[in-house]
Amino acid sequence: MADDVTLTIDDREVSVPPGTTIFNAARRLGIDIPHLCYDPALGLAPTSSCRLCLVEVEGSGNPVPSCSHPVAPGMIVQTNTPHLRETRRLIIELLLSDHPHDCLTCEKAGACDLQKYAYACGVKESRFASEQVAVAPVQDGPAIVYDRSKCILCGRCVQVCHEVQASRAIDFLGRGFDTCISLPPGQTRDESACAECGNCIDVCPTGALTYAGAEGGGRAWEFEQVRTICPYCGCGCTLVLNIHDGRIVHITGEPGLGVSKGLLCVKGRFGTDFVGHEQRLTEPLIRTGGELVPATWDEALGLVAERLTRIRDTHGPDSIAGLSSAKTTNEENYLMQKFMRAVVGTNNVDHCARLCHASTVVGLARAFGSGAMTNSMDEFELADAIFVIGSNTTECHPIIGAAIKRAVLSGKTTLIVADPRAIELTEFAAVHMQQKGGTDVALANAMMHVILAEGLQDNSFLAERTEGFEDLARAVEPYTPEMAAKITGVPAALIAESACIYAKAEAASIIFSMGITQHTTGTDNVLSLANLAMLTGNIGRPGTGVNPLRGQNNVQGACDLGALPNVYPGYQKVDDEASRQKFQKAWGAKLSPNVGLTVVEMIDAAADGRLKALYVVGENPMLSDPDLNHVEEALKNLDLLVVQDIFLSETAQLADVVLPAASFAEKDGTFTNTERRVQRVRKALDAPGQALPDWQILCDLASRMGYEMHYDHPSAIQDEIASVTPSYGGITYDRLQEGGLQWPCPDREHPGTPYLHKGKFARGLGKFHAVEFIPPREPPDDEYPFVLSTGRVLQHFHTGTMSRRSDVLDTLVSVGTIEIHPDDAARLGIADSETVRVASRRGQIELPARVTERVAPGTLFLAFHYREAPANRLTIAALDPIAKIPELKVCAVRIEPRPAAKS
Amino acid sequence: MSDTSATQDKSAPAPPSEAEIASLLDSLGVSPDSNLIGVLQDVQDQFGYLPPAALGELSRRTRIPLSRIWGVVSFYAQFYTEPRGRHTIRCCRGTACHVKGAGRVLDAVQRELDIQDGEMTEDLMFQLETVACLGTCFLAPAMMIDNQYFGELTPRRVQSILRSFRAEHA
Ligand code: SF4
Ligand code: SF4
Ligand code: SF4
Ligand code: FES
Ligand code: FES
Repeated sequence: MADDVTLTIDDREVSVPPGTTIFNAARRLGIDIPHLCYDPALGLAPTSSCRLCLVEVEGSGNPVPSCSHPVAPGMIVQTNTPHLRETRRLIIELLLSDHPHDCLTCEKAGACDLQKYAYACGVKESRFASEQVAVAPVQDGPAIVYDRSKCILCGRCVQVCHEVQASRAIDFLGRGFDTCISLPPGQTRDESACAECGNCIDVCPTGALTYAGAEGGGRAWEFEQVRTICPYCGCGCTLVLNIHDGRIVHITGEPGLGVSKGLLCVKGRFGTDFVGHEQRLTEPLIRTGGELVPATWDEALGLVAERLTRIRDTHGPDSIAGLSSAKTTNEENYLMQKFMRAVVGTNNVDHCARLCHASTVVGLARAFGSGAMTNSMDEFELADAIFVIGSNTTECHPIIGAAIKRAVLSGKTTLIVADPRAIELTEFAAVHMQQKGGTDVALANAMMHVILAEGLQDNSFLAERTEGFEDLARAVEPYTPEMAAKITGVPAALIAESACIYAKAEAASIIFSMGITQHTTGTDNVLSLANLAMLTGNIGRPGTGVNPLRGQNNVQGACDLGALPNVYPGYQKVDDEASRQKFQKAWGAKLSPNVGLTVVEMIDAAADGRLKALYVVGENPMLSDPDLNHVEEALKNLDLLVVQDIFLSETAQLADVVLPAASFAEKDGTFTNTERRVQRVRKALDAPGQALPDWQILCDLASRMGYEMHYDHPSAIQDEIASVTPSYGGITYDRLQEGGLQWPCPDREHPGTPYLHKGKFARGLGKFHAVEFIPPREPPDDEYPFVLSTGRVLQHFHTGTMSRRSDVLDTLVSVGTIEIHPDDAARLGIADSETVRVASRRGQIELPARVTERVAPGTLFLAFHYREAPANRLTIAALDPIAKIPELKVCAVRIEPRPAAKS
Repeated sequence: MSDTSATQDKSAPAPPSEAEIASLLDSLGVSPDSNLIGVLQDVQDQFGYLPPAALGELSRRTRIPLSRIWGVVSFYAQFYTEPRGRHTIRCCRGTACHVKGAGRVLDAVQRELDIQDGEMTEDLMFQLETVACLGTCFLAPAMMIDNQYFGELTPRRVQSILRSFRAEHA
């Protein structure tokens, strides 16, 4: 490493690495040079357009912009001479010459850099006062307002949109006095590439870009700011809640803060107004005479305790099951499974991870010995190649999507996408393999065939780190690209090209999500990807790995803490005698040695009467689970259905007792994001009415059932977790104040683990599994000729309980549509936006069609967020035999114009 | 010789079809390696302006974001995003020309072509603009068609210049 450079700034010496700018060197000394166009926290290349940061360098004639000028040895810099002060004053006056002096009512007052510098320079009015820009503010879409008259054309918004968010939606438009920041003319925000992430608002130094929903809600000095973790997806971005008058007025990201370094997506930034929604549950409800009527906590919990006890005593503990929640905290998941195991006495506890990543957990555990994402989010930009399969990353994990796009735009990373649909990432990909749904094993096997045929495998890795290679080699032998082309529909040449790109990269990363897992062959798919990574030695190093992206904010944590029927916290098996003894001792209760029921099995057991009671925390099987008609019958067949939630969800409407819970903003706790990072959730508001945090409800209930459960604060629950969960052993609240910790973190001194399997797999040697292609359970036929695939859209989340109660999100996408290829639409006489009827062997729904080339001919795509058009009335409950995950990605349907619409 | 109203009866010409755009971009071999400004000039030469649909397709093929393409297009005065006449008439309304009867010259152009300042003829042959001074005051009253100067104009001369220009370029 080159030696540090020593220079003098304002008569003080400082040493910095060569290449540092004067601006950043000055910061080391605590000198904050005025700046407008440069945002130090973003760390982007300076554009040096505002000139406010000029400094004098002894011996060089004119002042230089410090934001871009590098230091040199012996340099003598002055940052605050009378001449510089006059120059700055002049610049500010020029900027104010056509700027409305609106600070009295401007939303940005108090947080505006222009105001700050005008004050600092003592500028009262501009000598150059000219005509002010007379353009009214424009609000395009539900959230973002642009006021040209307050825009100083610093370009920060353009930079963040192009270089960080990588949506590249806005740019300077026009020239001279008419220049403004604009989407492509003629496009609405909705039609444009804009992802409505609002990151441009955060970086704007003036009031030119603002959030419409915050108008009149308060100004900088009035807000209380609370840092917490986003309640939506598994990225786990840090949100800054700006609170005033007991309400979240708006959410900001703080450049540099958290896993996303301040970047947020539309859901995290604009989608949390559900917290203050009028439909929040505020009191317990008990079904009386067919109606849900308000009750006290004492009545409601008394009733639940009594009936659960009675059912347990009459029918045995295994007649009761619990659904925990990937939305609640780690502490609450821990208590929920503890409640089911120690208080009720059954292992019948599961949660919605069954529906998304059960096959990941099983598959990766078999291959590597650990079921989690192997590497970290910020390593994607270190990869030379990224292979994205079955993940619509920019919509479902927007922050990771942006990282992938940045990696490609930087020129370092080559992207391969395998997806049955054309998704945003395909526009960035070197190769797009548009495989038929459910043919992933054939595709991966063919890639491995090519790698072996070309001799691109990593022989020393195979020899030292793996076992079972011969089985794999034999299995992939018949999968020539030509043979796989017939199965997958992907041209052989593309398969070969992808295989070579992946195998030749120094560091290659695999990213996958539900397109891989939600199949009857989900576990096989995951094993195939693990094979591919091991074959090329792409695991156990930065920028490599097999990276499942977890859907819910805390689905990783819910799994880690044992909300699964076969394992205790930390994946310690319930049928392992030593583990059972350990937990019996820790919890002071007798535990069942029998593996419990999974989500779909619970529904079946309820339908045939084996299951009598179901306790649901924050889940909504009435929309999320496959084959809804069956789910509804099953739930109605129960003796007792208890639902603990923040809204009266579709499932809660069927409940006997409904318990009002606190939302993420109303409690303390931790979430674990997709990269195994445990992060702190902080209470910012009081829960509405009598609603209580889930952990308090569970403690009260357990105590009423004769098991003393008491904690003063969630941190005490975390301490108990640490004592029984080796991978969380070193995690305590005081260590989580600044940023999170990635497990495994076995002790207090351990710094956490950014990537797994370094030097050695969790299970010792990595194990290859020979996997054969098996077609999806329900292929299309004459009667049901289309393949239906389900998934998500950027603006909504899961069953929409939260996102559809957000004004901004529901305005953005208020109706669900089913995507159909133009050729199919033309053949069937279906026009865009026209209502169609979609039917499978299990049910039918009606909704508008969206004619688009995003889907391949013969396939349809439907998001599952919408209660008025529930995708899961159509889906099939066919299960992966090992992981028990249902095949939500492939079922056969037919589609036709709605009969009424025909006449 | 064509009449001003002969070719089309709608005032705005139909924008080029997707197929026309695609075949032009094919023939130009547009790819991520293309020089953007050069391609924009070629497209404008072909269609007389830059149809927004062509910019969209250009963005797709070059992988340059549409916002940036619009940024470039709107920065340079040479690019037009609305249809305009193929040949630009610039009538001078500077002081020297004004004194020598520029008003009558402009009237004559407008009458002959049946358009106002800033408009184009229906057959897309001419676009009419006025400018402050063409820098050829010794020719006053003066006008230009594309790069060609015409001076000491009278309404009658204007009429014959336009008619013969149209005949030559028909
Ligand atoms: S909201 Fe996001 S995508 Fe849209 S313009 Fe702003 S930064 Fe770009
Ligand atoms: S909108 Fe804000 S960030 Fe963008 S150029 Fe204008 S002042 Fe700068
Ligand atoms: S939804 Fe996901 S990507 Fe969006 S802000 Fe929340 S955690 Fe980040
Ligand atoms: S901050 Fe350096 S030129 Fe604007
Ligand atoms: S005034 Fe007309 S050419 Fe100068």
